[in-house]
Parts: sequence; structure tokens; C-alpha cells
Amino acid sequence: MSNIPADLKYASTHEWVRDEGDGTFTIGISEHAQELLGDMVFVELPDVGDEIATGDDIAVAESVKAASDIYAPMTGEVIAINEDLEDAPETVNNDPYGDGWLFRIKAEDSSELKNLLDADAYEASIDED
Amino acid sequence: MGSKTPLYEAHVKAGAKMVDFHGWDMPLNYGSQIEEHHAVRRDCGVFDVSHMTIVDVKGPQAQAFLRYLLANDVAKLKTEGKAQYTSMLNENGGVIDDLIVYHFSDTSYRMVVNSATRDRDLAWIEKVAAKFDVTTKERDDMGMLALQGPKTAEKIQQVLTAEQYAPIDGMKPFVGKEVGSYFIATTGYTGEKGYEIVVPSEQLEALWDELLKADVAPCGLGARDTLRLEAGMNLYGQDMDEEITPLEANMGWSVAFEPAERDFIGRKTLEQKKADGHDKLVGLVMEEKGVLRHGQKVTTEGGEGIITSGTFSPTLGFSVAMARVPSSVGDTAEVEMRKKQMPVKVVKPGFVRNGQSVL
Repeated sequence: MSNIPADLKYASTHEWVRDEGDGTFTIGISEHAQELLGDMVFVELPDVGDEIATGDDIAVAESVKAASDIYAPMTGEVIAINEDLEDAPETVNNDPYGDGWLFRIKAEDSSELKNLLDADAYEASIDED
Repeated sequence: MGSKTPLYEAHVKAGAKMVDFHGWDMPLNYGSQIEEHHAVRRDCGVFDVSHMTIVDVKGPQAQAFLRYLLANDVAKLKTEGKAQYTSMLNENGGVIDDLIVYHFSDTSYRMVVNSATRDRDLAWIEKVAAKFDVTTKERDDMGMLALQGPKTAEKIQQVLTAEQYAPIDGMKPFVGKEVGSYFIATTGYTGEKGYEIVVPSEQLEALWDELLKADVAPCGLGARDTLRLEAGMNLYGQDMDEEITPLEANMGWSVAFEPAERDFIGRKTLEQKKADGHDKLVGLVMEEKGVLRHGQKVTTEGGEGIITSGTFSPTLGFSVAMARVPSSVGDTAEVEMRKKQMPVKVVKPGFVRNGQSVL
């Protein structure tokens, strides 16, 4: 069973969201998602300053197996991207909840977080797959 | 439940992610297929290839049979153990399978064919063999390991006795030798130096364990695919099949049209195709971000083509592919990827040899 930290929220499309407590949110993909994709070879991230809306495809995780869209779990503005992934995309495999984060946003409406899944609900959604 | 090789439990013990491969439960990787890929390019890796089918052909007409069955000419094989890459064609020149044939004598040969095509291969071989004084025997009592990489010679000496190693010491490429109960050949599917070792099934796990103890990296189908693609080697069912002739699959070099009086199955169609012109299989290189993949459309100045195999090349750090395109293709082409047209370079298939880029 893959690791699903309880302090994060999840989208059914396998993104995780960490509330940084100051109206900003860090986003990555779950351990389960990186396991499905296999070795990551490229990660295409949005640009800092991009306005993104919930459900938009805004990034691409390309692995040896497939190119997979990453969707915005919340609406807001991109305020930081993980530039280290350019040279070390495998960080997403090795540390998906830590150094393998993808980007950070300033949310338009922080209460959108409530629409996301908690760890138990995300685990249940994986089990259904 | 799929078929299992004698190493199934050993794969699971080594942490393999098992997948279905044409009815066989095979290891995809043991963690990271890219690390396994690098192990073969830089050090030494071992693959379980026991799913492949070994067929021994014996009899007074063994040579005549294989000269008719196969597109390459086994009469070119003069020395004991010499191997040849070849293919088995249907009457239309389509590839039933590609294979390696080993020559023991003019009355005794060994063929190693793909697992994906096993049933059709065996049926075809039997049908053609009926007209000749030969016997064919599938060696399902044997398993097979592929030991590949620059440090292979060093590693194999740690698992063989000096008596076992002596006969294969300095053996040239594409030769096989019986060594006790093993059959050891300098062949492979990676573009590196290495051995393919045919072993009685009951001895396979002991040899596997010894190799892992000697720090040889277990490698799965994922790395096998990226390694063979970098080496420009075809995968049956992807780069060619029964609808494709060897001429359109960069296998023309393995078809022996000389001597002209040798008849082989598919010859007439191939001669006609050669005269009429045909598509060809080329290599594509894309240095921009992204990965070329099977099935993507290729636009060339000579017309449209298609990617037959594509991947990220772990050795080169960018994507490479094989594509079937019109013969009038130029030096560049475009590939449609995720709704964008990406420029690619057109090269000969074959991107990496012995750990080095050949681009």
C-alpha cells in the first residue's frame, strides 16, 4: 500500500495539496500516481504568474511509460515552481511529498480546499480503481 | 494466471513489479527501470528471458529445411556454434518472426524465437518441416538468462569454474558453445557485450542467485525495451509483423538474395518489392522536451509515416524512436505530439553502442 500522508488533501486525479497556512498551497502528485507512471523523465510546469482554474490541465508529468496531465486542484496564481525538477525529474519518484513538489499557488478562495479529498477518501478512491 | 518462468519466485523476492507479457508473468522492473538501464550500459545486468522459445532442428535435411524456411542463408554458417540473425516469412514476405539460428553442424541447428509468437511459429515450423527429413523439438526443459554490459566477462567468471570459462574466454561475437549443461552465446538485445546462457530449468535459479550475489543488477522488460531501442534493434509486433516485409523494417541486411538459385519462403514478393520500391524504417531524434511514442504520426517531405517504437533514451537524455516512412524521407521530419508539430532529426536506426552515443 502506498503512503498517503494524513495532513494533505487530494484530488481524485492524484494531485496532493498542502495548506501552507498563509493562503498559499503547495501541489504535487501522490506516491500512488508516481508508482503508476514509473520513472519520470520530464516534468513540464506552469510559469510563475500563470492564473489557473480548478480542473485546468496545467502541467505534464512524462514518464518512461506515458505523458500524464496534471490538473489544477484549486483556482489561483502560480507563485513558485520546483525548478530542480528540470535536471532531476526522478525526485518526483523518490520523494513525491517532499523535494518532489511541483508548484505553489496563491489561492483565490482558500475554502476551495474543502472540496478536496482527505487521506481516507483518497485511499478509498484508489482502491476502487 | 499467466505462464511462469522457473524464476518467478526469485523475481518476486528481488522486489519485481510483475506484468503480463503475452501470457507470461514477467518482471517489468525491480524498482527503477532507468537505473537498470544504466547498470547494463555501465556495469552488468541480468534478464530472465526464459519465456523465449528454443527449437532444436536435427536431421539429414536440416540445412536444406532452414535454407527454405529462413530469409537469411544458413549455408553461410561454416563454423560450429556460429549464430545468424534471420527471419521467418510468410508467402507474402511478411515477417512471422525474427530469430537467431545457431549452427552446430549441417545436420543440427538451434533456433531462438520470440515468446509472443510461439504458437504460430511452432505451427509454421512444423508445417514446413513436414516436407523435409528433419525433426524439430521445442526445448521447454531449458531456461535462459541474458547477462549484458561492459563488465559481463568479469562477472561471469565469478559464477563459472575456470574449466567452464576457458572455452568461452575471448569468444567472438555471435557464437554459441556448449559448456557442460549450459549453452553460452555471445549474443544479446542491448547493444552491449554480453552472453545469453541457456540453462536446464532446474539449474536456473542457482545461477541467477550466484549472479545477484556477484552484484549483477536484475533487469526487467522496461530496461530491455529502452536498451534495445537505443541499440536500434527491432521488437516483433511493434516494428514489424506479418504485414511488414524485412525490407521495410531495416532487416534487408538479414535477407540473403544470393545465391539466386536458393528458394526461400517469401522470396518472390521481396524481389518484387525491391524492384518497385518500399517504405523504410529510420531512426528519429528529438532533443526538445517530450517523448516520442509508438503510433505517433510523422510528416516528411516524402509523405506521412508512423512511429513504430519510441522512448526516452536514458543514455542520451532525450527521446529517440524508430519510424516507418516513405523512402524519399529527408534529414528532418515533424512528429505530431500532444497537438503540436515537433521537429525531429532523421538518422539511421541505432543510437547507442557499447555505452556511447553513435549519433
